[in-house]
Amino acid sequence: MNKFNQQFAIEVEDLTVAYDAKPALWDIDLQIPRGQIMAIVGPNGAGKTTLIKAVLGLLPTASGMVRFMPDGSAKPSSNLIAYVPQSGSVDWDFPATVLDVVSMGRYGHLGWIRRPTRSDILMAREALHKLGMADYERRQISQLSGGQQQRVFLARALVQQAEIYLMDEPFKGVDARTEGAIVSLLRELRKNNKTVVVVHHDLQTVKEYFDWVTLINVQIVDAGPVDKVFTEENLNRTYRSAGGLLTKEA
Amino acid sequence: MSPQFEIQVIAVLVAVTCALPGVFLVLRKMSMMSDAITHTILLGIVLAFFMTHDLKSPLLFWGAALVGVGTVWLTETLSRTRLMGGDAAIGIVFPLLFSIAIILITRYAGSVHLDTDAVLLGELAFAPFDRLILFGKDIGAKSIYTAGFLLFLNAMFILIFFKELKLATFDPLLAAVLGFAPVMLHYALMMLVSLTTVGAFEAVGSVLVVAFMIGPPSTAYLLTNDLKRMMLLSALYGALNALLGFQTAAFFDVSIAGSMAVMTGLSFFLVFLIAPERGLISAMYQRRAQRVTFAESTLLFHLYNHEGSSNEREEAGMDTLQHHLKWDLDYTQRIVQRLSRAKQLEIEGGVLRLTPSGRERTLRDYREMMG
Repeated sequence: MNKFNQQFAIEVEDLTVAYDAKPALWDIDLQIPRGQIMAIVGPNGAGKTTLIKAVLGLLPTASGMVRFMPDGSAKPSSNLIAYVPQSGSVDWDFPATVLDVVSMGRYGHLGWIRRPTRSDILMAREALHKLGMADYERRQISQLSGGQQQRVFLARALVQQAEIYLMDEPFKGVDARTEGAIVSLLRELRKNNKTVVVVHHDLQTVKEYFDWVTLINVQIVDAGPVDKVFTEENLNRTYRSAGGLLTKEA
Repeated sequence: MSPQFEIQVIAVLVAVTCALPGVFLVLRKMSMMSDAITHTILLGIVLAFFMTHDLKSPLLFWGAALVGVGTVWLTETLSRTRLMGGDAAIGIVFPLLFSIAIILITRYAGSVHLDTDAVLLGELAFAPFDRLILFGKDIGAKSIYTAGFLLFLNAMFILIFFKELKLATFDPLLAAVLGFAPVMLHYALMMLVSLTTVGAFEAVGSVLVVAFMIGPPSTAYLLTNDLKRMMLLSALYGALNALLGFQTAAFFDVSIAGSMAVMTGLSFFLVFLIAPERGLISAMYQRRAQRVTFAESTLLFHLYNHEGSSNEREEAGMDTLQHHLKWDLDYTQRIVQRLSRAKQLEIEGGVLRLTPSGRERTLRDYREMMG
């Protein structure tokens, strides 16, 4: 195995994920740079969520591999990655308070059977405070707005104290206040040299919020610094229907 | 202990035993799986009986539990093919396995005491006749010990793995990422449900097992926002239903299991109506209050939009307002009165005008509603 380049947080090599015989991701090569905020941008059905789930090992892969910092191992060490799923992926009528849900972010550090301690709870409170949700800790989660739910999920990821944060559409359907809270969180994470990968759909804000961008439509169209890669031409290629991306043909 | 007292002890133990894993069935939206399991385990009992020819063999217990877990696996595997929904998969698997068991019993075990009626309704009244004899001494009805053992098993499992079960039920993806093996937990829980069902249905029958597993958790769900409290309330409701059901059965001289199942349903509907926050009555009341508040906001916003405009007299006129909003006269007057009492609007020469506090409220409402 070749040496793992320390500039990267995650390296994806020749990754293919297929549902039956139809590829959702086809032969993906991607290097996710360490300490940067990266957007994954592409049309619906481009495999953005699939990419995140495959990196997390939640989906069977048809080919290829994923390697993680610091030593290039194929399995991330525990607590290396925090995952923020789409907020619609859980049942918000579950009997739990905001503080309960944020505390779940500490479970990975606790391991089996051990319960959250006072310091875990304090950490959860601090994270809620950071996201402007301090007044809601006793609130039943079913009473939250979409933006508040998203902030609860981000607070939960924050207490995981990970090195890499994978976020699936955190900006989807949120109010201006939540959007602001997420952006300042992203900047703080970058300041602390964390790596953040965000599935993003709003093309208007890519230049403002992100350092790095990956354009994807089943295949990788291009990846790199935003000012180099996020061009009109590349976007046209990305949003053209999948199957029009063979470079050698033209 | 009198037989009556023993019956009540058994019923309370079984009710609490069923309520604990039942909470997770309800939260995982798998309630009807309990119906399937309570029936298909019969196949396990029958098959194990054919192997041992002994109705008292512990193999019957484990055979049944195994078929219970197998039912869950088969159902979920079928629905994962996406060729049918999860409910349809239950509709296929449950009758198939249950009917095979019934055919086997009627064809090959006709002379043995494996009675299909007893399976559905149980024979709680006869439970005290089956004694546990230890060192030649009668130490009570056997069902008390079976139910007690299962209660201990369920309580221990849930106490030890409470955090893990909570996470795997709320967010199985995160549970998987954090290494908490949600699939293993799922099947451990299903094993527990199956064991509970086998142990319980001998005493109380499959219908009551379903009622005990689903009724109290659904009732508790209406009353609390906390998983721990939901578990405690479920246990409490289960016990209460069992005791009230027994008294009812004794009073009217009718089926004990039937009365307990009826009590479970009735207590659910009672709470469904009067629960303080999520109950039907309180929800209706809240909705009406909300409608009035929203009408107030709408009226204030309407006034704000037309404030100082050339057609203000027409849009905000006491006598013309209702035609613009298309509200009926009584309703319009009621909302206007409420707002003028709250000093959020005043009437000046037949035209409604916002007061400073009314203007403040409409701006606040706007910010809140539009995010």
